[in-house]
Amino acid sequence: MRRPHADTLLYLNGVSVSFDGFKALNALSLVVEKGEMRAVIGPNGAGKTTMMDVITGKTRPDEGDVVFGEDVDLTKLDEPAIAALGIGRKFQKPTVFEPHSVWDNLLLALAGDRRPRFTLWARETGEERDKIEEILTTIRLADLRHTRSGDLSHGQKQWLEIGMLLAQEPQLLLVDEPVAGMTDAETAQTADLLREINRTRSVVVVEHDMDFVRALGVKVTVLHEGSVLSEGNLDHVSADPKVIEVYLGR
Amino acid sequence: MSRAALWLCLVAVLAGAVVLAGLNLAVPEGASLHVSTYVVSLAGKYLCFAILALALDLVWGFAGILSLGHAAFFALGGYAMGMYLMREIGPRGVYGNAILPDFMVFLNWKELPWYWHGFDNPGFALLMAIAVPGVLALVFGWLAFRSRVSGVYLSIITQALTYALLLAFFRNDMGFGGNNGLTDFKDIVGFDLHADATRDGLLLLTAVMLALMLVVARFVVTSRFGKVLIAVRDSESRTRFLGYRPERYKLFVFVLSAVMCGIGGALYVPQIGIINPSEFSPANSIEAVIWVAVGGRGTLVGAILGAVLVNFGKTIFTGALPELWLFALGALFILVTLLLPNGVLGLFGKRGRKP
Repeated sequence: MRRPHADTLLYLNGVSVSFDGFKALNALSLVVEKGEMRAVIGPNGAGKTTMMDVITGKTRPDEGDVVFGEDVDLTKLDEPAIAALGIGRKFQKPTVFEPHSVWDNLLLALAGDRRPRFTLWARETGEERDKIEEILTTIRLADLRHTRSGDLSHGQKQWLEIGMLLAQEPQLLLVDEPVAGMTDAETAQTADLLREINRTRSVVVVEHDMDFVRALGVKVTVLHEGSVLSEGNLDHVSADPKVIEVYLGR
Repeated sequence: MSRAALWLCLVAVLAGAVVLAGLNLAVPEGASLHVSTYVVSLAGKYLCFAILALALDLVWGFAGILSLGHAAFFALGGYAMGMYLMREIGPRGVYGNAILPDFMVFLNWKELPWYWHGFDNPGFALLMAIAVPGVLALVFGWLAFRSRVSGVYLSIITQALTYALLLAFFRNDMGFGGNNGLTDFKDIVGFDLHADATRDGLLLLTAVMLALMLVVARFVVTSRFGKVLIAVRDSESRTRFLGYRPERYKLFVFVLSAVMCGIGGALYVPQIGIINPSEFSPANSIEAVIWVAVGGRGTLVGAILGAVLVNFGKTIFTGALPELWLFALGALFILVTLLLPNGVLGLFGKRGRKP
């Protein structure tokens, strides 16, 4: 297996995870380049969420390498440490901090000192305000800044969560089913938003919606039973007989 | 919690204490406006319980830590104060031993156990009233939060903690007076504990400490730290993926809360005149949870209001129908949970449970 080179941002090699004998990931290998956007598809139980869990430190792999950048071994770190390295994660179900305003959600997500001794005395700086304003414009929630985030619509919560990811200033964004439950108009806007984000950062999108994956127009990895079944552009994987058999053909 | 509610509460606590103490001291006995020393002590007790409720609301309402053992920290603070008050008795005890408290003489102990040394100094005792609950909370919280113990499991082990302490303090050879605890106090830093003026002073001191702690708690929960804390309460794993370490945030408020309880307990004992192991009984901690729920969880002011209201009710009720009090308390808890999820404070304003 080749070692990560200078352009590699994320490198998974032979990663296996099993839960009570069930192999959620089976010798999974995946390479994401700097500045790349990658779509990951696969039927339920293919290991998409477990893969995210391994990358973000929630689950430790039984074996295999997970390397970020040149030489950071992610299997040795926990969630906050990995988040601090610059890997952001958006969950399938939008999880914003509901009692807080849109503004406060972004404030908490902004890159900065996370220690209690800092946050206890922290005051909002002009720089922080400027960054939040910029993100509010990007995620189209500028008019709702003082709204309690629990009162937002489903689509708006998804955007707020993407905004929170941006505020973290990650190098790599992991996005789990961003358009699930969105209207067509919201889906199109989300595709634009992700492309905009991808200009400065790498993105991995897990998605079921084929139209959305097509709209993104990026390299696709198909997972099945915990390993990579096929990889390439959407037309290439759609034509792959193995893929047709396990997934698209159904 | 709005700014107005905060001010209203601060003024009510401080002015209430001043009025009661003033009417007790300045108005002669027999006059219609006279407030008896009994009432002053009762008010002092309510305010001590309000400190416990406030501390509990800080961890339960804002960090989601439902501690069912918080009265243990209160009782530990109480014991530290009780030990000082015992040493202060000196040779005026029944047995006239200048060094050993009565119960030790009774048990035929020849010298003071090492952990009783230093308690003749009120400053040291006060330090211990803060440090012992604080260190216990630090160790307990560090172990629990680091292992990501939360929810019901955490509640159960806090309950176990207070029960273990209850059993330990019951033992005579622990050296804390066993079943009877510590009592027969004479005076505090030279002031006679049976004098009205001392009681009034203690009430005022308790009111000032409660007000101070309310201001500190309010500062904590409205800071960015407090916003993180609420985020941890509602979605702990999400905060981890944002790069926060929830266990540090929880540990900080848990220790702060335990220290507040310790101070509350230290103020409680001289006004009540006794501290015994029953203060560790699990039911006490559960009662404190009810006070917070009744007043309004996650509001700080509500916790104080709940503690005062429920204890006032308890005083009235146990006087009239003592055997029914526990049933009334249980019914109150059920009714509040069903009908007033935001507590009494939830009746005012649109949102009682403001972050």
